[in-house]
Amino acid sequence: MQVSMTVNGDEVTEEVEPRLLLVHFLRDTLGLTGTHWGCDTSNCGTCVVWLDGEPVKSCTVLAAMADGHDVRTVESLEQDGVLDPIQQGFMECHGLQCGFCTPGMMMTGRALLDRDPHPSEDTIREAISGQICRCTGYTTIVRSIEWAADHPAGDGADNTEGRPDAADAKQVEEVS
Amino acid sequence: MQVPAPFEYERATSVDQAVDLLERLGDEARLVAGGHSLLPMMKLRLANLEYLIDIGDLRDELGYIRIGVDEVRIGALTRHRELLESDDLAEFFPIVRDAERVIADPTVRNRGTIGGSLCQADPSEDLSAVCTTVDARCVIRGTGGERVVTMEEFHRGPYETAVEHGEMLTEIRIPIRPGGSSAYEKVERRAGDWAVVSAGAAVWLEHGKIVDARVGLAAVGPNTTGIPAISQRLRGAEPSDAAYAEAGEIAADSCSPTEDGRGSVLYKKHLAAELTARALRRAVARAQDAASGE
Repeated sequence: MQVSMTVNGDEVTEEVEPRLLLVHFLRDTLGLTGTHWGCDTSNCGTCVVWLDGEPVKSCTVLAAMADGHDVRTVESLEQDGVLDPIQQGFMECHGLQCGFCTPGMMMTGRALLDRDPHPSEDTIREAISGQICRCTGYTTIVRSIEWAADHPAGDGADNTEGRPDAADAKQVEEVS
Repeated sequence: MQVPAPFEYERATSVDQAVDLLERLGDEARLVAGGHSLLPMMKLRLANLEYLIDIGDLRDELGYIRIGVDEVRIGALTRHRELLESDDLAEFFPIVRDAERVIADPTVRNRGTIGGSLCQADPSEDLSAVCTTVDARCVIRGTGGERVVTMEEFHRGPYETAVEHGEMLTEIRIPIRPGGSSAYEKVERRAGDWAVVSAGAAVWLEHGKIVDARVGLAAVGPNTTGIPAISQRLRGAEPSDAAYAEAGEIAADSCSPTEDGRGSVLYKKHLAAELTARALRRAVARAQDAASGE
């Protein structure tokens, strides 16, 4: 069957099997491997993407069910070489170790901050309660989201100040 | 990789069309709404079907919470998150918010629907226990029209409901009665897990006395369990810890849990008793607060 949807702002149309899961559509068909794929049972939350602006576990959504809808993945967070504050927060506060859960955590964190720009620690922990991180113990993830709340995009502050690695990332992008 | 077995996919554009499709495609067709109950079962081959009819587009028609004078009507495609966040619903039936807080996790709640939960008819499913507790009615629509059934009639057994071939659940109706309140208690192994045991309680007070009470349990029998003997025991009673404890004993005696990885029969019966008592205590306190605030 044919599906059409908006992924990170781009219209995509592909021929898929009805049983293809959204996570595999994004990774294997579109090559957007930023969305990770973990437990496959709706438990670990590493496959979280946005469907019509809300975080969902893409291992429990068919690509066919997203037909006609709007999907956003972690690849959409960075804009023109500038990291989203949520990405910056994870760098500043060491919100990742192995990095496997990070894309899902960042998509959930971004969605939370869009609804509630100043969440309490309890609210943050509740928001990420459907996602598993086996490295950090969650504390640094919570701090990363708090950092992003304290440094909203467009507040005039240069979020990349003192972060040579962020500048490097931009340069690599330009070179490639 | 866990993927469902192959199937044909159809998308419905109206309730009438969904029912027509069900009628035409036969017994091997199933509806999918949020998919968060059905898709995992399809991956595990616990559900096998030839046709999947996606009713996700019917949210305009079936996604609503309407508070009326004597009943609340909830569309079958109303999502868990909407049930959790509805202040109106929490005012009349705080049991729904209690339960939604412990159903799966926020991300899953963004997709899952009340109709999907009830139609899954998992004996451990929380909203079935809630609907049993508050004496909800289920509206089932087929090509021949609508019929309304009680929760006792709706749940025929594990994973089996009164929704017949060519029919779909469209609405849940909860009667509003004066002087009432409700609460839900659940014990789970980890955040968002299925219940080890959970208990819902709804009570109605008049002049400080309990005029009616209902208790529904989940995960302690072949299906969600309403316990009329508790209602009989509590009608006309003064609210007291002794009365709640007695109701808890009835709950433990009335349920039939099985031993599994979540615990022994003895432990689950203990939980049924204790959670029933706690839910009753909290429901009564809420009803008293509401009465004193008037």
